[in-house]
Amino acid sequence: MAGKKRVRRSSSESRDIIVLDNVSKSYSTGAPALNGVSIRIRKGEFVFVVGDSGSGKSTLIKLLLRELTPTSGGVWVNGEDVVRLKHRKIPKFRRNLGIVFQDFRLLKDRNVYENVAFAQRIIQVPTREIRKNVPAILSIVGLAGKYKAKPKQLSGGEQQRVALARALINKPSILLADEPTGNLDPKNSWEIMKLLEEINQNGTTVLVVTHNREIVNAMKKRVVTMKKGVIVSDEEKGGYIDED
Amino acid sequence: MRISTLFYTIRQGFVNILRNKWFSLASIATISACLFLFGLFYAILINFQHVVRTAEEGVSVTVFFEEGISDERIREIGDLISKRVEVREVKFKSAEEVWEEFSVEYLGEYADGFTENPLEDSANYEIYLSDVSMQSALVTYLESVDGVRQVNRSEITANALGGINVLIGYVSLGIIVILLAVSIFLISNTVMIGISVRKEEINIMKYIGATDFFVRSPFVIEGILIGLLGSVVPLVSIYYIYTNVIVYINERFQILSGLLNFLPVEEVFSVLMPVSVGIGVGIGFLGSIVTVRKHLKV
Repeated sequence: MAGKKRVRRSSSESRDIIVLDNVSKSYSTGAPALNGVSIRIRKGEFVFVVGDSGSGKSTLIKLLLRELTPTSGGVWVNGEDVVRLKHRKIPKFRRNLGIVFQDFRLLKDRNVYENVAFAQRIIQVPTREIRKNVPAILSIVGLAGKYKAKPKQLSGGEQQRVALARALINKPSILLADEPTGNLDPKNSWEIMKLLEEINQNGTTVLVVTHNREIVNAMKKRVVTMKKGVIVSDEEKGGYIDED
Repeated sequence: MRISTLFYTIRQGFVNILRNKWFSLASIATISACLFLFGLFYAILINFQHVVRTAEEGVSVTVFFEEGISDERIREIGDLISKRVEVREVKFKSAEEVWEEFSVEYLGEYADGFTENPLEDSANYEIYLSDVSMQSALVTYLESVDGVRQVNRSEITANALGGINVLIGYVSLGIIVILLAVSIFLISNTVMIGISVRKEEINIMKYIGATDFFVRSPFVIEGILIGLLGSVVPLVSIYYIYTNVIVYINERFQILSGLLNFLPVEEVFSVLMPVSVGIGVGIGFLGSIVTVRKHLKV
């Protein structure tokens, strides 16, 4: 019951889909990875989180995925109190989050179709629906003609599109992208960002952790800048802040 | 669980086996070897027991009566013996029958010289036991019965047969336990390798929201399949060997065929088949579930 009370935050905050309230996270090695971080992200927002290595960006993503729990503070995602989430409820919780990584993390021994279908199989979607859904999502990311290809036969940009299709096929309310353009050339990076923007325009909340200065500056979205585990700036239509 | 998910999980179990085909083959081969030895041992044991049981059926205790005992008392003693649980069969032989058998066997025409029965105190009960190990207890009882003069028994045979039976039981149990432990270890090892090979896939599954059950079950299926395949191979070979060995022994050693009465293959397999498959599947399940619980943190 206490958990439920924490979930139901005041009505003015009900549009917040991600809430971090004074979150700190220390690893056993010593220095804190996050120190008193508070963020509110509204439903349907597009947010960049930028910062150098060691600024705490990856820890933030891991907290949102409930891969880690904070040392102190509260984390709410989709109205769910992530800190108090029971282990057995984590899988269901994660099904509402799409996740894309810098290194794509595709299953190398399976083709494009199987990689995307995999996300539906694990949530037990009937095969006949998978057969309809996978081609539809592949055509959205522009890979309809390559469903038989294995990951190694695809370019980096194409592999990231497969990862995106996999992240989106279960219609998550939030898409988390951890350095999605980190391994891509500028042209492919832009194509992926355009796709993310389209996904956002269709109602999905998108949170992108990135180093890509050009993209952040050009897209004019909300930018949260982190440094050494704290938020140093949070601007609507912001840009990449230089370290110096 | 949906049917499609069930098929997917089973398919993934097969995929796991094919992906680590050399380790899987090694596991299947070892389980096959273990279950082959088990099957062979079982076939020998059950046939030995069959031979022992046949021999036991021939082991008897003979009870002689005191001089001048009434026929009624003899009947009473017969009733008392028949009621004992260890007694399978009681045969009465009158003094006349004993003399007749004796004279026919040893005296022939010379028997005609006897006008009276020289074995008139030889009426007896021949008692056949259902369990030879109970012979001593029965003899002690019989000796205490009023009207009994003498109890003849074949204790050496009874003890020897009972002892061999127990020894074979212990040895086979010991060997089976060791073999099962080895098999569980091997399956566990194969599944562990499978898990480490698929670590990346397991991580992806976790991020997408797969339940513990979904992540773990293909590995358990893999273990069960290895156990199942490992039990089929030795069953087929033992069936082939058993039938051929019986034919061979009966053809080549006809003198022995009277002594060694082999059990039909169907009778041996009516127990061996479900037990072997059960052990194979059981150790496959046990080996994989233990490993998955220990090494697959989801």
